[in-house]
Amino acid sequence: MKFQLDEHIKLDQETNQYVMDKEQVVRDNVEKDHWKIVLRTILKDWRLYLMLVPMLFIFICWRYLPMYELLTAFKSNLNGAAVSASDQYFNGFANFQTVLFGGYSSKFWMAFRNTFVLSFYGLLFGFPVPIVIALFFNEIKSNAYRSVLQVLTYLPKFISIVVMTTLVWLLLSGANTVVGGSAGVVAQLLAKLGLVEKEVTEAGMMYNAQYFRPVYIISGIWEGAGYGSIVYFAAVIAINPTSYEAAQIDGAGKMAQMRYVVLPAMLSTIVIMLIVRIGSLLSIGYEQVILLKTTYTEVTAQVVSTLALDWQESGLAFSTVPEFVNNITSMVLVIGANLISKKATDTSLY
Amino acid sequence: MKRRLEVSELIFKILAYTLLTAFAICCLYPFVYAISSAISGRDVVDNNEIILLPKDIQFAAFAEIFKNNAFWISYANTLFLTFYGTVFSLFVAILGGYALSKKRLLFRKGFNFILVFTMWFSAGVVPQYLNYKKTLTVFNSIGIQDTKWMIVIAMGMAAMNIILLRNAFEGVPSEIEEAAIVDGATELQVLTKVYVPMSKSTIATVGLFFGISRWNGYYWAQRMIPANHSFEWPLQVYIRRYLEDNIWNSDQGAINVEVYSLNSIVYTMVICAIIPILIIYPYIQKYFAKGVNMGGVKE
Repeated sequence: MKFQLDEHIKLDQETNQYVMDKEQVVRDNVEKDHWKIVLRTILKDWRLYLMLVPMLFIFICWRYLPMYELLTAFKSNLNGAAVSASDQYFNGFANFQTVLFGGYSSKFWMAFRNTFVLSFYGLLFGFPVPIVIALFFNEIKSNAYRSVLQVLTYLPKFISIVVMTTLVWLLLSGANTVVGGSAGVVAQLLAKLGLVEKEVTEAGMMYNAQYFRPVYIISGIWEGAGYGSIVYFAAVIAINPTSYEAAQIDGAGKMAQMRYVVLPAMLSTIVIMLIVRIGSLLSIGYEQVILLKTTYTEVTAQVVSTLALDWQESGLAFSTVPEFVNNITSMVLVIGANLISKKATDTSLY
Repeated sequence: MKRRLEVSELIFKILAYTLLTAFAICCLYPFVYAISSAISGRDVVDNNEIILLPKDIQFAAFAEIFKNNAFWISYANTLFLTFYGTVFSLFVAILGGYALSKKRLLFRKGFNFILVFTMWFSAGVVPQYLNYKKTLTVFNSIGIQDTKWMIVIAMGMAAMNIILLRNAFEGVPSEIEEAAIVDGATELQVLTKVYVPMSKSTIATVGLFFGISRWNGYYWAQRMIPANHSFEWPLQVYIRRYLEDNIWNSDQGAINVEVYSLNSIVYTMVICAIIPILIIYPYIQKYFAKGVNMGGVKE
């Protein structure tokens, strides 16, 4: 061992990290100096610990201190106006009562449902697409053509959310959306194909609550599916070609090869990605929602974080409550999904 | 012996070629459309008559953008945020990731948990906003009036990126480090002379993740920059504001006498915003593929 740590500190084989050697401490009768030993070790190696400081500072200031603001969820003042986390009037769960069951519950549950529906449909339709794209990439044997396709399909991921939503607006609602009367080029195509009524496209699809969900989900797939296929494609090309040959000799057709060769090779990647997606089932990308929603589409477009922002802007005391409920649920989901997958497939993310 | 193609295989191949080609065209189309619309005449754009190729070609919209100082100021702001933001975030993440990769670090599990927990639970947008508002007050009180520095320092850190770096540093054989120490290298030299060169591709990937997210950042910049500080807006905020003020809420009675439609101005801005990404895209693409595949999180 190159780095001579204190003689009271040893490597714990089980957790694979250095901890206090309890037996040695007892033997030398230095239990009282426990923290001195730790401090001495840190000071001897201070350069390493100093390197952690900027990172810890950033995480504490701008990831953990916001959690302190969550205290406002349990506080209020007498007139119901916005409070700060340092106010002293605790009122227990009264704010939760108001948001979950009281006068604001209909708005909250609408937003909660919208969040869930948007991400559920996003998962249902968005999750399989990158997998299929990766399988398709594997079929394209010409490397040059495949590279061209890859470059083009990854491209939308690199476009900013503002540019992406701007293009969505202009392609669907077209120019002069306020006056109406002319649909964007994609909306025109949708109307010609009979997928959307012509009157709707001319009034501006972005102003129609019925179409917010498809627009959000399809634009999300357009943006992320190609890029999302990278991980799956890596799993597919890692398959040894002899596996296919062996399967063919055993008389496996294309579908059987998919079932018994390709799918098992992709399974752990699929499971990991599924855990990630389930974990983020309730943490929807609020930027995309803010940029795509209008006052006309609130019925379907208002999600928990945008609702919280609206409440905050109107100075309501309990604006931290919706996200609090949402994010706790989300955390339970991600830990639960991870546990289930650890039990069922031995694959886990954390 | 050449094997005969089975019917199911043939169908799958045809499907793969057609659907992928169609999807690739869908991915490319909006950009081609944006270029065509940017250089087409006023009436054809306003009536949505462009389908693929430009009509009544004009370059006045481009000329207008080139004369627009506010636009280029916002462009410079974005370049500033992207450059300093990436350098700062990368600096912090490399130091942190390096320290975390060392087994001899006491409380290593605890430090890791501090990172990973933020991936499970976040306070939410409203607490984050309240927190940034306080940060801004603190920054102002120590004499930093410029919101830009607050954006550079307080925003943009991602636990995932630090974990990527940590995993890469863990992959460097410890013998090399020991050899460097025997040769008299200090901790910092070990990092800069051994670990950084040996993890170049991961650092490039993480730098690109930071860079792209800085370039594309919108919401917090829009929220935190005071209303009367429009000269501090980054590009994304400027484009969105232009869309909101001049396209949606414009005075419809006013008659546009220019040869271009106001939409062409938006399309031109969109093109200007994506050109830098398109230029570096071919070079970064391979790094991205690599970075995404390293993404497995482990304790």
